[in-house]
Amino acid sequence: MKKKNYSSLLWPLITLAAILVFNLIFTKGFFNIEIKNGHLFGSIIDIIKRAVPVMIIAIGMTMVIATKGIDISVGSIIAISGAIAAIIILNTGLSLFFVIFLSLAVAFLFGAFNGLLISYIGIQPVVATLILMVAGRGVAQLITNGYVLYIDHKAFEYLGIGFFLGIPFSIIITLIVYIITYAVTRTTAIGLLIQAVGGNPRASYYTGINVKSIKFFVYAFSGLCAGISGLIISSDIKGADPSFAGLWVELDAILAVVIGGTPFTGGKYYLFGSIIGSLIIQSLTTTILTRGVPVQYTLVVKAIVVFIVIIFQSAEFRQKVLRGLKRKIQ
Amino acid sequence: MKLLFKRINRKKIPLYANFIIFVLIYALGAIFYRKFLSLRVFVNLLTDNSFLGITAVGMTLVIISGGIDLSVGSMMVFTTMLIALFTEMLHLPPIVVLPAVVLIGVLFGSLMGGLIHFFNAPPFIVTLSGMFLARGLGFVISLDSIPIKHKFYYNASQFGIQLTEKIRMPIIAIIFIAVVIIGIILSHYTKFGRNTYAIGGNEQSAVLMGLPVGRIKIMIYAFSGMCSALAGIVYVLYTLSGYGLAYMGLELDSVASVVIGGTLLTGGVGYVEGTLVGVLIQGLIYNFITFQGNLNVWWAKIVIGLLLLFFILMQRTFSTRTAAN
Repeated sequence: MKKKNYSSLLWPLITLAAILVFNLIFTKGFFNIEIKNGHLFGSIIDIIKRAVPVMIIAIGMTMVIATKGIDISVGSIIAISGAIAAIIILNTGLSLFFVIFLSLAVAFLFGAFNGLLISYIGIQPVVATLILMVAGRGVAQLITNGYVLYIDHKAFEYLGIGFFLGIPFSIIITLIVYIITYAVTRTTAIGLLIQAVGGNPRASYYTGINVKSIKFFVYAFSGLCAGISGLIISSDIKGADPSFAGLWVELDAILAVVIGGTPFTGGKYYLFGSIIGSLIIQSLTTTILTRGVPVQYTLVVKAIVVFIVIIFQSAEFRQKVLRGLKRKIQ
Repeated sequence: MKLLFKRINRKKIPLYANFIIFVLIYALGAIFYRKFLSLRVFVNLLTDNSFLGITAVGMTLVIISGGIDLSVGSMMVFTTMLIALFTEMLHLPPIVVLPAVVLIGVLFGSLMGGLIHFFNAPPFIVTLSGMFLARGLGFVISLDSIPIKHKFYYNASQFGIQLTEKIRMPIIAIIFIAVVIIGIILSHYTKFGRNTYAIGGNEQSAVLMGLPVGRIKIMIYAFSGMCSALAGIVYVLYTLSGYGLAYMGLELDSVASVVIGGTLLTGGVGYVEGTLVGVLIQGLIYNFITFQGNLNVWWAKIVIGLLLLFFILMQRTFSTRTAAN
């Protein structure tokens, strides 16, 4: 079991190392880390910081994909949670705690709505979350009345651009979310149950696992992660943008999860792999930008990478091509 | 009464519900707003929803086969960008451009169908990537809206059949109706259509029956790609421009039309004619919001989301009941 874990993380780590080595050779000062005013600065820190929203969503998405599901509504939930935070800050004098609590509660509820449709009503995950993907942007538009809202709130800005002990605070939030998720799923039976549900829902049901509630909570958790990510994004841009906040982030998150070694077919997951996957995507994006390639190419590059991953993950491809290659080598 | 209820095909209940809701919404509109029932409003209903309807015809066949195609909206937008690129930057004549974009749509669809069949990949992942790829390719052509000034497109968009002295059916609506008729014939009266239903009903059985499942699946996605490309052409005639960010969320509208039209998401059961009514119901909802005047257009998205939810729930109850029987 340990050995298998290791080999599945090998490819993502090699990919990440390859991108970093490429930058080490071609980008000057890529690995420089400076300390300015007691804060860490540098390209590496910048990549990690920019990967934060995707990393947090990918943590939730990993759990969803492990149950053989998918959640394409995360981008809209990001827009909704940002919009709610903005509207509360602008219209009421509530403290930061309530701002965060209420926005996350709403995000959790929207995730729970997905979970309800998928587990208790039995709609396919892609259709159920497609409803929220489109209608959710409508909800965000209604909350902000169609405008982009600007927030001027020092404490709220700390979430996205603050530093704690010299490290960007958003990275620390990611670390906390990761550690809690890891602890809850790997030190208790929950991780095993999630894998069982993804591997074979019927067998899990006959073993006495409450398949429905596991699925329900996985989607609610994904919604919560999207909510956290939404707060960090709107704190980073000091505003709430209902139509463009988190647009197409679902592709990045799905990509991060599958690059990290979690298969689409469910049944197993690699939480750390998803973190590596997010870092790969962000360093790829940063590299594309620093190489001077126009920004609009990133979407095409990412989509092509997903296609390649789909092919490499399929059992048919492994059987036909990889086995043939091995035979040739022998 | 019980006998009557038994005589009704349970599979068709969502289809009947669809027709009833269409008539109800139309009647409500006619009661509240004076001009709602006019021929002009109906022609506009066909025209304004033609591109959505054309993608929905392709989507119907895909969903009947048990799959889903999330790339339709992006493919449509990509086609508008391609037409803009070919005519405005490369100065190619329409006789080259139009077949070329349709061919690209077919190739794009068959590529996705091939991935789904040969690598046994889940349709939603493949077509989701296709959705991002097509949007991205559109952005690569240009981030801005490109006006298409070639006179052929202007002249074509002005063409129409005179219905009464003042009202005429524009070419866009005619193409829409033609595609719907082709879809109905394909699905009900051809071998291809029957095979599609067979695959959606039970793929394993279809394989065991010796049907060429792989080839049909690829053809289904190719057909959907072709419909999206046609929708792109229609969209160009409608707006006379290409714009990469146009019509975000067409995928949901398209899936919604198909589901509201009585097609089961689980595959095997579905009607192109129902999809036509599903498209028109959505058009009526937008019309309502326009007639009402001071409602945010995003309400339409929310209402459509809810309507979709309602129909899916209805499908669940009827399909579980038939299973229990």
